[in-house]
Amino acid sequence: MTFTSPVLSYALLSPVLILLGGALIGVLVEAFVSKALRPVVQLTLSLGTLMLALMQVWRIRGEESLTPAMGSLVIDGPAVLIQGSILIIAIISIFLIADTEHFTPLPAALPGSAEEREAEQAGNQVTEVYPLTLFAVSGMMIFPIATDLIMLFVALEVLSLPLYLMAGLSRRRRLASQESALKYFLLGSFASAFFLFGAAYLYGFSGSITFSGIQAAVVGGTGNDVLLLIGMSFLSIGLLFKVGAVPFHSWTPDVYQGAPTPITAFMAAATKVAAFGAMLRIYYTVFANAEWSWIPVISAIAIISMVLGSLVAIAQRDVKRMLAYSSIAHAGFLLSGIIALNKSGLDATIFYLFAYGIATVGGFAVVTLVRDSSGEVTDLNRWKGLGKRSPFAASAFALFLLAFAGIPLTSGFIGKFSIFSAAYENGATAVVITGVLSSAIAAFFYIRVIVLMFFTDAVEDGTAVEVPSILTRATVVISAVITLVLGIYPAPVLDFITDLAIFIR
Amino acid sequence: MDASNYLYISALLFTIGAVGVVVRRNAIVVFMCIELMLNAANLSLVTFSRINGDLDGQVMAFFTMVVAACEVVVGLAIIVAIYRSRRSASVDDASLLKR
Repeated sequence: MTFTSPVLSYALLSPVLILLGGALIGVLVEAFVSKALRPVVQLTLSLGTLMLALMQVWRIRGEESLTPAMGSLVIDGPAVLIQGSILIIAIISIFLIADTEHFTPLPAALPGSAEEREAEQAGNQVTEVYPLTLFAVSGMMIFPIATDLIMLFVALEVLSLPLYLMAGLSRRRRLASQESALKYFLLGSFASAFFLFGAAYLYGFSGSITFSGIQAAVVGGTGNDVLLLIGMSFLSIGLLFKVGAVPFHSWTPDVYQGAPTPITAFMAAATKVAAFGAMLRIYYTVFANAEWSWIPVISAIAIISMVLGSLVAIAQRDVKRMLAYSSIAHAGFLLSGIIALNKSGLDATIFYLFAYGIATVGGFAVVTLVRDSSGEVTDLNRWKGLGKRSPFAASAFALFLLAFAGIPLTSGFIGKFSIFSAAYENGATAVVITGVLSSAIAAFFYIRVIVLMFFTDAVEDGTAVEVPSILTRATVVISAVITLVLGIYPAPVLDFITDLAIFIR
Repeated sequence: MDASNYLYISALLFTIGAVGVVVRRNAIVVFMCIELMLNAANLSLVTFSRINGDLDGQVMAFFTMVVAACEVVVGLAIIVAIYRSRRSASVDDASLLKR
């Protein structure tokens, strides 16, 4: 028996390899560096790793290869764009994660126990979040470039497992945080079991685990369509769960509310980009010729997500839950880019993902700033009059809300406009009409929050806006600048995306 | 014996697992049901591998086992943390986050 050694193009894989290397060094830092030095070492290491990976992604832009890793991965324009977006989002989220105020000093201690108090007095910090974040980011980087079912499944788990743990690390309201970790974990692995079962049936249908093999079987039409339909629907359940589309959304509000806010910011933005990146590749290439079977279902899911997300968000009194329901509505808007199934839909979805991800991180960054003596204040009633107390935080939050609502001169308008016009080109009129109507409903509750912050008298109940640390301020300012620039002068970015975004098969 | 019988068993196991996740209340039992679903998927993979006459499915089954082991580590860590702070592993007791 002969054994051929695999041929890897290290240059094209370098962003992922750098991240995994950085994460492993991070684990060693936990073991060998003194407690006092760890936070600064870990922060520098993580930031350096992410920056280096981003530089590598920039350098390999425009390169295309079907075989950077023996046909298991692919590097092309959309891959580079999605990876770049994930890295930029991760960098600005790391600034938020660096604020140790959010994480429990000793996750293993019982909430309220003596050990926990001792750890807090000793100034302990869970610096493990940095390597966990890097592992999650490397999973997210692999997920959209995977071209076989094994890589796809392993990447899905590598991105999910660290997030399950990080959701349980909150310093305040620890029981709620642990509860959100449990819910996220149980529902997440439930969804991955469906995903795996679907993958098994796709393999049974096509006799191949590579995307190209499955696509050939779909085009050839010789296989058993029952196997294809089972495989496709179960695989889609796993993906739709990750993006939080109705009816697989029930984890979203609880996890968004319970997890530490910096983790919520990172997870909400980066997971969505990674999962939609993978969905784009799967639906635009592998399943493209079976569109008769999935376009009606995905359209229905998009419509329900948009309507339910927007309607339920109106009733929320908690700002994190409100943003969670708004993210469900946005999952619906993004699905209309999948349904579009044309070049402009691909461009629009990638632009929307980037714009939405940045605005999400910025929005949650502002949420971390509004605090009283016992931690963050997320009750919207206590946000009254925030504009008078802290014009900086309130105007930044207003900008992000306007971007979510899709008001002109923010990134959200360009994103929504291009994604809906792409879906309209493909004849998805019902989805577009519902999308525009639910955008209008959504605008109502976004603007209600703005009115609450600026035109209502403040109540004196000890709610104050923390003076932001330099890193948190950087997150807010960078996100706000990107959101504005993408809204006022999007042409260079749109052109860049249009030039690059072509799937190779 | 016809290999498709194994597919029926695998579908049955998967259904038992999925129903278990929905109806059982103890987090550990729910978690065991999820493992049952993963193993049902493994059985399908191996059966399809036999039907198709190649090894890809069996390779994937190995990867699934490794991933399932990692999931156990993370999952039990979370469940033990919850049990220690609440003295209960029931998923119904965990209801601080309002519906």
